[in-house]
Amino acid sequence: MALILFYITSAVAVFATTMMITRLNAVHGLLYLILSLLAVGVLFFLLGAHFAAVLEVIIYAGAIMVLFVFVIMMLNQGQETIEQERAWLEPGIWVGPSLLALILLIEMLVIVVSGGDAETGYIVSAKQVGIVLYGPYLLAVELASILLLAGLVGAYHVAKPILNAANSGRKS
Amino acid sequence: MNGIPMEHGLLLSAVLFVLGLIGVLVRRNLIMILMSMEVMFNATGLAFIVAGSRWGQADGQIMFLLILTLAAAEVGVGLGLVLQVFRRFQTLDADSLNQMKG
Repeated sequence: MALILFYITSAVAVFATTMMITRLNAVHGLLYLILSLLAVGVLFFLLGAHFAAVLEVIIYAGAIMVLFVFVIMMLNQGQETIEQERAWLEPGIWVGPSLLALILLIEMLVIVVSGGDAETGYIVSAKQVGIVLYGPYLLAVELASILLLAGLVGAYHVAKPILNAANSGRKS
Repeated sequence: MNGIPMEHGLLLSAVLFVLGLIGVLVRRNLIMILMSMEVMFNATGLAFIVAGSRWGQADGQIMFLLILTLAAAEVGVGLGLVLQVFRRFQTLDADSLNQMKG
């Protein structure tokens, strides 16, 4: 049964990614990208990497996608935004992603109902990951934190002129 | 024990990576290019998870964690650059950036 679930999820992931790179509108592409990330999250679960599956949903499909939505919304200012959003939310647009999400939901329900024996491969628990992460890989964790700090400083530096322009515009 | 063949997992990872690469090469919208890069990062992480699941080691998930960190930092800086490009050129077309002063 796990094999069938694996192939269905793979098909969903490939289909969603193909739809993503062929959408003309960035918001429509974003919907399919979220579906692609969720499908890969289900794949992680099927492969026994529960911790990675949770992180995939929380950070990739949650935090990073919120950043994308935020920037897309920032780039569309003005009066036509409301009409544009209405056009984006036409029924034909969200039916496709909803169907794909429904497929993934049914798969998760099947896994839960069947008692959790749907995973194949070795289950690597979060405890094992944590022990190794803060043991041999401690230096990599420090390097990752430095990378995040550099990203933070870089993003602030790049976006600072925009912040300054917004502040001066508010004062005048 | 191991029902999912590793080759199929790696094949799926390669397919997703190539799809992301096609997106980066074909699309000219900067946000779509960044989104395609996310797909490529994701496919790489999937390959690591498949390998980690095959041998039952935690290293695959740790490499995925590091890729996640890299993707988060890349998206932060990349979207800041997109905002700057849009502010200066009033467009998100990557081809409009063909004249840079070094």
